[in-house]
Amino acid sequence: MDYLWAFLIGGLICVIGQLLMDFTKLTPPRILVIFVVSGAILTGLGLYQPIVDFAKSGATVPLPGFGYLLAKGAMDAVKIDGFMGALVGGLKETAAGITAAIVFGYIIALIFSPKPLR
Amino acid sequence: MAKKKKQKEQERKEQAKAYEKYVKQFTPNPKYFSNAFKAFVVGGLICVIALYIQNLFMAQGMVKKDAATAVTVILVCSAQLLTGIGWFDSIARFAGAGVIVPITGFANSMVSPAMEFKKEGLVLGSGAKLFTLAGPVLVCGISVSVIIGIIHLLINKG
Repeated sequence: MDYLWAFLIGGLICVIGQLLMDFTKLTPPRILVIFVVSGAILTGLGLYQPIVDFAKSGATVPLPGFGYLLAKGAMDAVKIDGFMGALVGGLKETAAGITAAIVFGYIIALIFSPKPLR
Repeated sequence: MAKKKKQKEQERKEQAKAYEKYVKQFTPNPKYFSNAFKAFVVGGLICVIALYIQNLFMAQGMVKKDAATAVTVILVCSAQLLTGIGWFDSIARFAGAGVIVPITGFANSMVSPAMEFKKEGLVLGSGAKLFTLAGPVLVCGISVSVIIGIIHLLINKG
C-alpha cells in the first residue's frame, strides 16, 4: 500500500512539473526553484508533513522534499539552539545529499565529456 | 519626421507578429496528455524504487532518517553517473519532468554544465559551473529555510 501511495503522489508532483513546463514559459531552473521553495513554505505552514507521513518517498524524493528537509531541519534546530538553529538546521539536515552531489558530480564532470544527443 | 518613425516602428511590430505566427506553424504543439502521463509513470516509479531501497536499508537495521539519506545519495550518484555516460538526456527527453522534478534532476543539473565547461579549467570551468543551476536552488531554498526557522522561533516564544 505504501508503494502505491508513493507512486501516485510522486507521479502527481512530477505531472505538476510537466504541466508547468508545457503550459507556461518557465524554464527548468525556475521550476526547480519554485518546487524547492514551495516545499519549504508548505512545510513551514505544517501542510507538507502530513503528505510525507502518508506518501513517504513519494513526497521526499521529488524536489519539494528537498525544501521540506531544509525547512524541517531549521524548524527542529530552532527548538534546541534558538537563533543559531535557524542558520545551522537547514543545511545540517541536507548536508549528506548536497555534499554527495557536489563531490560525486565534480568527479563525474572530470571523468566524462559531454556527448551529442542520441 | 516623427510620423515616419512611428510608421516604421509599427511596420516592425507587424513584422515581428507575422514572424511569430510563421514560427508557430513549425513549432510542434507539446502533447500535453502523453507528456504528463510519461512524467507521472516515470516520476512515480523513481519514488517507488526509492521507497523499496529505503525499506531494504531499514530491514537491515538502519534508522529511518539515515536510510532516507542513503537513498538520496544513491539516487543523486546514479543520476550523475547516467548524466556522465550520456543516458540521462535521452531518458529526460522521454520522461520530461518525470526525471527532472525528483532529486535526480537536481543532480543532473549540476553535472551537465560542469561537463560542458571543462575546457575553461578545473576551477573556473567545472568548479564554478557545477552551480549554474544548483546555485539558485540552494540560495533560494536555504534563504527560505532560515526565514522559516526565525518565524518559528518568534511564534514559539510568543
